[in-house]
Amino acid sequence: MVAQLCTDFDSDYNQVNSQLDKMGHSIGMRLIEDFFAKSGTQRCANLRETAETISKVGFKMFLNITPTIANWSADNKQFSLIFEENPLADFVELPDDGRAQDELWYSNILCGILRGALEMVQMQVEAHYVSDVLRGNDTTEMRITLLRYIEDEMPPEDD
Amino acid sequence: MTPFQQDLVSRNVPSFEAHIVVLELSSYQEDVNFYIPTSPSSLTSPPRVVHSLIIINKAGGLVYNRSFSSHLNTISVNDLLVLAGTFHGVHAITKSLTPSSLFIPSNQRTGIEVLDSSSFRLNCFQTFTGTKFLLFTEPGQPNVETIVRKVYELYADYVMKNPFYQLEMPIRCEQFERGLVSYMRAK
Repeated sequence: MVAQLCTDFDSDYNQVNSQLDKMGHSIGMRLIEDFFAKSGTQRCANLRETAETISKVGFKMFLNITPTIANWSADNKQFSLIFEENPLADFVELPDDGRAQDELWYSNILCGILRGALEMVQMQVEAHYVSDVLRGNDTTEMRITLLRYIEDEMPPEDD
Repeated sequence: MTPFQQDLVSRNVPSFEAHIVVLELSSYQEDVNFYIPTSPSSLTSPPRVVHSLIIINKAGGLVYNRSFSSHLNTISVNDLLVLAGTFHGVHAITKSLTPSSLFIPSNQRTGIEVLDSSSFRLNCFQTFTGTKFLLFTEPGQPNVETIVRKVYELYADYVMKNPFYQLEMPIRCEQFERGLVSYMRAK
């Protein structure tokens, strides 16, 4: 799928990244219902709890992995998920055209999924990769920033 | 295995005879006041009496309605839409009615959950994403929680995972429909 996108966008990796993010976003908005229906989790009181739930319940349920939570920022609004393994990228080698290594975030769809899913539960977040083993980094790390809580009563399209 | 059964096995008694022995044992237990349900009706849960289901999206629009019993008065789709919108508003009001002296954080306050009347009970289950499931049942219906959960699961499976379903739009999914009906009829 990622390969197809690369062909479609003529190896414009920035566009591939944003497309992956968009696709993930729509997946996340639907997947969140499945998550609640099957897991029966309660509402999280703060971002720390949310992070735990994402890692220990969400990723466990859908990908059977448990990324480590690390690098909390001082104001408790940013954290990183560190993936020891990534089923999406198990057999993947990035094309060596000199740019993919620097521009393509292969698993960017996961960022989109988290963004979509959390948006449905009134949390606006920003998620992006900071490193990826596919690029030759030591770890795969996703940085998640909480932007704001969306006010409950107002559906997003009204404000 | 009881020594008696072991004895049977060692003497090579065909297995169906061993079965009979077990049955006799259980009837013996009944004699000594050991409760073992015997009639099939007491083994299964009571029949589910769910009159109808309404799903309201997070903006207060009616996205799904279906009735499961035939003897209900039918109301027009227009009225249903009004009903859904009204309930959505009432739900929002009841949510903000929670006394602030209880110190419940605003994101943990829930609106109306059950509405009782002599002839039916209205159960409302709101998901964290804002979708509301309204279930009209008999007044004394037990295990509504389980039924609603199941409906939610069906919704997540057949509606949300259907790539041709557009979010927040009326639900027209045959599989969801089928799943619901077979679950409601299961007794």
